[in-house]
Amino acid sequence: MEAVLFFAAALGALGGAMGVVALRNPFYGVLALIVHLFSLAVLFLLLESAFVAAAQVVVYAGAVMVLYAFVVAYVGGETEPVFDPIPGQRFLAPLLGAALFIELSIAVLGSSLTALSTHGPDVQAGFGDPAGIGKLLLERFLLPFEASSILLLLAAVGAVVLAGKRGEA
Amino acid sequence: MNAEWYVVLSSLLFAIGAMGILVRRSPIVILLCLELMLNAGNLALVAFSRMVGNQQGQVFAIVVMVVAACEVVVGLGLIVALFRRKLPLDVDALRELRG
Amino acid sequence: MSATTWGWLVLLLPLLGSISIALGFRAIPARAAGVVGTASIGLAFACGVAMLVNLLGQDPDARHHASSLWDYASVAGLDIKLGIYVDQLSTFMVLVVTGVSTLIHLYSFGYMRSDEGYHRFFSYLNFFVFSMLLLVLAGNFVLLIVGWAFVGFASYALISFWYRRTTATKAGMKAFVINVVGDIGLVLAAFLIFRELGTFDYGAVFAKAPEVFSTNEWTVTAICLLLLVGAFAKSAQLPLHTWLPDAMEGPTPVSSLIHAATMVTAGVYLIARTHVLFVLAPTAADVAAFTGLATLLVAGTIAIAQTDLKRAIAYSTMSQIGYMVMGVSIGAYAQGLFHLMTHAFFKALLFMAAGSIISAMANRQDIDRMSGFWKAMRFTSVLFLIGSLALAAFPLTSGFFSKDSILAFAEARGGMYEWMAIGGYVGAFLTAIYTFRLVFRVLPGDPCPEARHLIESGELYHGPPINPATEEEEDTEVGFPGAHHHIAEQSKPMAVAMAVLGFGALFAGLVQVPGVTDVLFKFLDPAFANSPLSEVHPSVGAEWRGLAIGGLISILGIATAWLLWVRQPELPALFRERLRPVYLLCLNKWYFDEAIDFLVVRPALAIGRFANRTFERLVVDGLVIGTEDVVGGGGRLVRIVQSGYVRGYALLLIVGFAGLALYFLLSSS
Repeated sequence: MEAVLFFAAALGALGGAMGVVALRNPFYGVLALIVHLFSLAVLFLLLESAFVAAAQVVVYAGAVMVLYAFVVAYVGGETEPVFDPIPGQRFLAPLLGAALFIELSIAVLGSSLTALSTHGPDVQAGFGDPAGIGKLLLERFLLPFEASSILLLLAAVGAVVLAGKRGEA
Repeated sequence: MNAEWYVVLSSLLFAIGAMGILVRRSPIVILLCLELMLNAGNLALVAFSRMVGNQQGQVFAIVVMVVAACEVVVGLGLIVALFRRKLPLDVDALRELRG
Repeated sequence: MSATTWGWLVLLLPLLGSISIALGFRAIPARAAGVVGTASIGLAFACGVAMLVNLLGQDPDARHHASSLWDYASVAGLDIKLGIYVDQLSTFMVLVVTGVSTLIHLYSFGYMRSDEGYHRFFSYLNFFVFSMLLLVLAGNFVLLIVGWAFVGFASYALISFWYRRTTATKAGMKAFVINVVGDIGLVLAAFLIFRELGTFDYGAVFAKAPEVFSTNEWTVTAICLLLLVGAFAKSAQLPLHTWLPDAMEGPTPVSSLIHAATMVTAGVYLIARTHVLFVLAPTAADVAAFTGLATLLVAGTIAIAQTDLKRAIAYSTMSQIGYMVMGVSIGAYAQGLFHLMTHAFFKALLFMAAGSIISAMANRQDIDRMSGFWKAMRFTSVLFLIGSLALAAFPLTSGFFSKDSILAFAEARGGMYEWMAIGGYVGAFLTAIYTFRLVFRVLPGDPCPEARHLIESGELYHGPPINPATEEEEDTEVGFPGAHHHIAEQSKPMAVAMAVLGFGALFAGLVQVPGVTDVLFKFLDPAFANSPLSEVHPSVGAEWRGLAIGGLISILGIATAWLLWVRQPELPALFRERLRPVYLLCLNKWYFDEAIDFLVVRPALAIGRFANRTFERLVVDGLVIGTEDVVGGGGRLVRIVQSGYVRGYALLLIVGFAGLALYFLLSSS
């Protein structure tokens, strides 16, 4: 059962990813990414991380993707020209992608991390609950928590400054 | 399912995202591919968290989501600014910083 | 006070004089500068006398002292001190140099009165005396080289004294360059000495040399030959003599002091000082002797054909120094130095008298235009005659005793040196002829226009100021001699100086009459006691025989000159016609200048041109511009990476990352 769900979600994720890369119209790309994100949420659920899955759906697919959709609507989705001015890029990119994938896989599979081939320890039912994560955030990882909130503030201010109307057009 | 599967899937998604950055010319799509890569990282983190047995990986994944959100905000702000100044939305055309 | 303290004073006084005149030349009036200059040398002479008295009070074999003020360089086996060496030889040289210099300063006091560069003249002259004294008093080879170089500089400064005259500056440069050649020889000799003996100090070198070197070993011969290069350059012996006639461009007191009495004798002093080394290298000593002999003969022949008064006297200087060089090379040390002293007297006197005559001729030096000065300037003429008699070694003059003592020694040594004596007598005959050629051309006869002007009006003839060699007009500002000149009859200082020298020229020989008085040799001989050649003593009879022959030759020479230039004046022209090639050879100074130009100057210029056009262009520019091109090309290559494409940068990023990952995978497997 778990395997079936895994492969289905994996297919969804891969499909979404290929869609983002291949689709010409950026709006369709945004839609493909949303599919990808939902698939990832399923995968998180399979990994018994409920809170992360929820956050993924609500924050990522819900807020960030909506933002993307707004911007694409504002900017307009022009399809790209096919011509590539950088010589060899079209040819090198898939090569590099493949190389990267192979290297990473070898690193993972061939590593001495024997725990990877296990299922992992048995966890209690509330493994992915917000309670545990919240506890960690406020106790052990308080500094990253606060830092990321400052980062959010900076990003918001930066966005307003960047996109605001200046003197010249 | 062993954690291996998830990690291999994550590296595949990462490679696809990298390839996408190299191939596409529209800055919006490049940002989308960047999202792909970040999410691949998140998947790996959560998988390791499950494998190890504590929730620190999940906390890390949430912080990554926060950072990704910030970066998307700034990136999209740049794109809007570009659009406002009537510059072409094509990274190959924006090459004034050449040596 | 010890002898060495007097020695330091002797060095200090002229230096002080020079510096004070140089620094205060705006503040001190001209006459005061002259007084300061003369007085400093006069005081130095007094200190020299005190030095002599001090030495005489000591045991003859212990009359050598060294004294040093401070360490100059004391590192890594070098130990050079600022030290002087006082012994009979240096005391003798100090006395000759300061004595004659005082008189020449006195003469210049009057002679250079109207010159715009009066202060500069005395400052330079004092500096020259200081340098010469440094040279003779130096206690080690390094200080000798310092004095040697200073003397070369002073000579250059004084030859080019009238610096706006192109001929003068060229002559100064020529003198300096040839001197530098000699300096190289001297410095290389000093290096070799240090390498072989490990020290520069005179005492140590001369003590160690007989132990370290065997006779005629190549190192000591090389050292002596290099020393000879230096000596010949400074003393104007063949082939490094071409600068001396041109040096007559300097004012007459300069010619009198530097190029007659003192600087040109530095080479003789050097050979005498390093006689220990020359004894160990008889081959080098013979080279020196033959060069001296050759010089005295060649210079004699050239002098007969010269028409410039000062140049003729310059060649006679060259010739007489040939005698001295020959003398000290064959072992006649004291005799050579005796001739140095008498020559200083009569040659300085001759130059002074010549200066007086040239002044009367409005700075012209051509003897073809001169005649009848006996009637116009009696005092000058008498002294000119005295100097000439001494130069020609007329019996009982100082030159008679000194020159013939050298030749008697040569005869006594026997073997090939007898031939040198014969050559010396031939040279004496030539000397008498050319000297009295000058006398009989300039003094007797009808007065030339300038002389007549002097007789009639009592004033000097004033011509437009011109360069006597090139006949171009000059102005009277500083850097040229100007329009006013002075003669001995009208200038007390000049007359006094000339009179004292005349006295010396006549009677100085009486200190060394063979068999009667032996003042000088008894004083000097102990300094050369460590030479086996000091054993050679001509007997009194042989000496008098030599003197008799010399006197006879001198009288014969004078008579011949009288015949050629007084009785039958058409004869010289006849000789010139019949022996035209010989005449031309002598007139053109045996073509030495042309030879040096061809052998040395032209190749040097060619090398310079090659360096400039070819080497510089191809190699140096090639290297520099080539490096430039390489760097530029490299930059152009690197610039390709900076394309401006974001995707391109991303590509490079990922390539790098993949590469790193690969590396880590491989290295960990």
